[in-house]
Amino acid sequence: MSFFTADKLEINFGGIKALDGVSFAVEQGQVFTIIGPNGAGKTTIFNLISRIYDPTDGRLTFAGEDITEVPPHEIARRGIARTFQNIELFEHATVLQNLLLGRHAHRRSRFVEELLFLPHVRREELKHRELVEKVIDFLDLQPHRDSLIANLPYGVRKVVEMARALCTEPKLLLLDEPSSGLSVEETDGMAFWIQDIRTLLGITVLMVEHNMRLVSTVSDRVLALNYGRPIALGTAREVQEHPDVVKAYLGG
Amino acid sequence: MRFVFKTAYGQDLGLFRDGVQRNWYLALLVGLIILPKLVPAYLGDISLVFIYGLCGLSLMVLAGYTGLVSLGHAAFLGVGAYAHVYFTQTLGMPWVLSVALAAALTAAAGVLVGLPALRMTGVYLTIATLAFALIIQEVFARWEPVTGGLKGRPVDKPVVFGVKMGGDVAFYFLCLVFLAGGIWLTANLLRSPTGRAWVAIRDSEIAAQSMGVNLAVYKTMAFAYSAGLMGLGGALFAHKIGFLAPDIFSVLLSIQLLLMVVVGGLGSLHGALFGAVFVALLPVGISQARDSVPGVLGQIAGVFGKVAGDATFVAADRFVKQPGLEPGIFGLILVLFILFEPLGIYGRWLKVKLFFSTFPLYKHATFKRQKSYMRSERLR
Repeated sequence: MSFFTADKLEINFGGIKALDGVSFAVEQGQVFTIIGPNGAGKTTIFNLISRIYDPTDGRLTFAGEDITEVPPHEIARRGIARTFQNIELFEHATVLQNLLLGRHAHRRSRFVEELLFLPHVRREELKHRELVEKVIDFLDLQPHRDSLIANLPYGVRKVVEMARALCTEPKLLLLDEPSSGLSVEETDGMAFWIQDIRTLLGITVLMVEHNMRLVSTVSDRVLALNYGRPIALGTAREVQEHPDVVKAYLGG
Repeated sequence: MRFVFKTAYGQDLGLFRDGVQRNWYLALLVGLIILPKLVPAYLGDISLVFIYGLCGLSLMVLAGYTGLVSLGHAAFLGVGAYAHVYFTQTLGMPWVLSVALAAALTAAAGVLVGLPALRMTGVYLTIATLAFALIIQEVFARWEPVTGGLKGRPVDKPVVFGVKMGGDVAFYFLCLVFLAGGIWLTANLLRSPTGRAWVAIRDSEIAAQSMGVNLAVYKTMAFAYSAGLMGLGGALFAHKIGFLAPDIFSVLLSIQLLLMVVVGGLGSLHGALFGAVFVALLPVGISQARDSVPGVLGQIAGVFGKVAGDATFVAADRFVKQPGLEPGIFGLILVLFILFEPLGIYGRWLKVKLFFSTFPLYKHATFKRQKSYMRSERLR
């Protein structure tokens, strides 16, 4: 049994088949990348995994459990965290508050305890803070700790979003276009981080990405989609040279 | 400019930034304790500031922190007020128990309104709360055995643990204690996971959800807590006004409460309190201006001769005695704030503070990027 599997995923939006029988399996410790032209259904897969959409058909399993019917807020507790294509940070909060929210799935204090801010709540908060600081060190976010997201440049926000996902201590990390809007240097930095996340933290990564240089640097397996159907699966090189993939990107 | 050097994570968990800030707040508290000696004539108005402060906290949690704008909070205030009066005067419960029960009952009403709120966002939610307020007002008018109906219901002076709190000074301190408690509880929530989850819901529901926040639970919780605080405020409010009638808890009061947090500055506890000072003391200011402005204007115009002076006096006098003046001025101020200072009085306060702490190096553009509206202000 693979670590994460999608089995014949299918979803219709009205008459449009956004995904039509997509199956793939991610092994533990892999970096698995999904590529494809715009509108191929890549982000839709992510939204299915975070349970924002309900699939019309098909199953998702993670760590041996079926997660197709799990409510959306349960997903983080199961060990799946994600970032968003268009950055969904909490704009009017500081970086620190954003990262601490990443600890929400591990919340142990109860409402009444928090109302009185009992010592137990303080201890929990300190524990969360220590883990958040580890992530801050890992991604070099020290200078931005207390800045409001609204005042940060795009590149830093991208990193903050990844940091927030890491704060949930995920087993599977979903990265939706981690390099979009980044400069060449920032993209290279992102590639190193993704490799570190995999090798140092041992987190399995599922990623949607357009930048083929980044894809071929970090990915173990690549899946190419077009119009909601898988067209090629293999290593980055194999997929890039696959005739159907060339056709999908260049036409003809 | 003062920098706080941080050496322990616990420093970020404190209620105050550092010892200096704590001392300022202590000074403020001392100031409030000796205030009754200084301005005995205005104690009634200041008690109202404290009650409105509680209401401001309540609405700030909901609109400012969770991003759910409600136009029905006067109804919660009313539920708290009527419940408290019913519990103490009809059922004869002790005061403290009655206040706690009134708050709990109002919180339950908040849950009731919060449930449909899970399916609505933005303006639609606001309209739903407005409808709720209208229904509740109708209930106040019809449910005569409990509320006294349209005839209204007189409220006795508070007696807490057998101590009569009827006097202005005693009531002032009673309200102060409640407000301080409300601030403390709310600040505690805001530095805990619950408060962070609320802010997360305000700024991005989808991200909050993927980080494990159960939207339904936290939105309902925000409604319940907000309503509960409003219930506390309502119990005190009942004693303050001394007579309950359904038309007090009108939509206009709801708007005034919302105005309070917008003018004060959404998204900060300071804002709720600044707004309360503003909304509670503005009518006092207006009524004083009513008496003095025509005379002053008349005297100024009197420079051009007695006829001009008298005419100006009569015209100004007629203008300030217009019945719609107060809501008009409220509305004007709201519009001006949204145009020029979306961060409210608190935003202005921050700017003034920064100006003095960085003088003469203050940069005009420091706050430029923060002038963006929060989602709760944009009414998705």
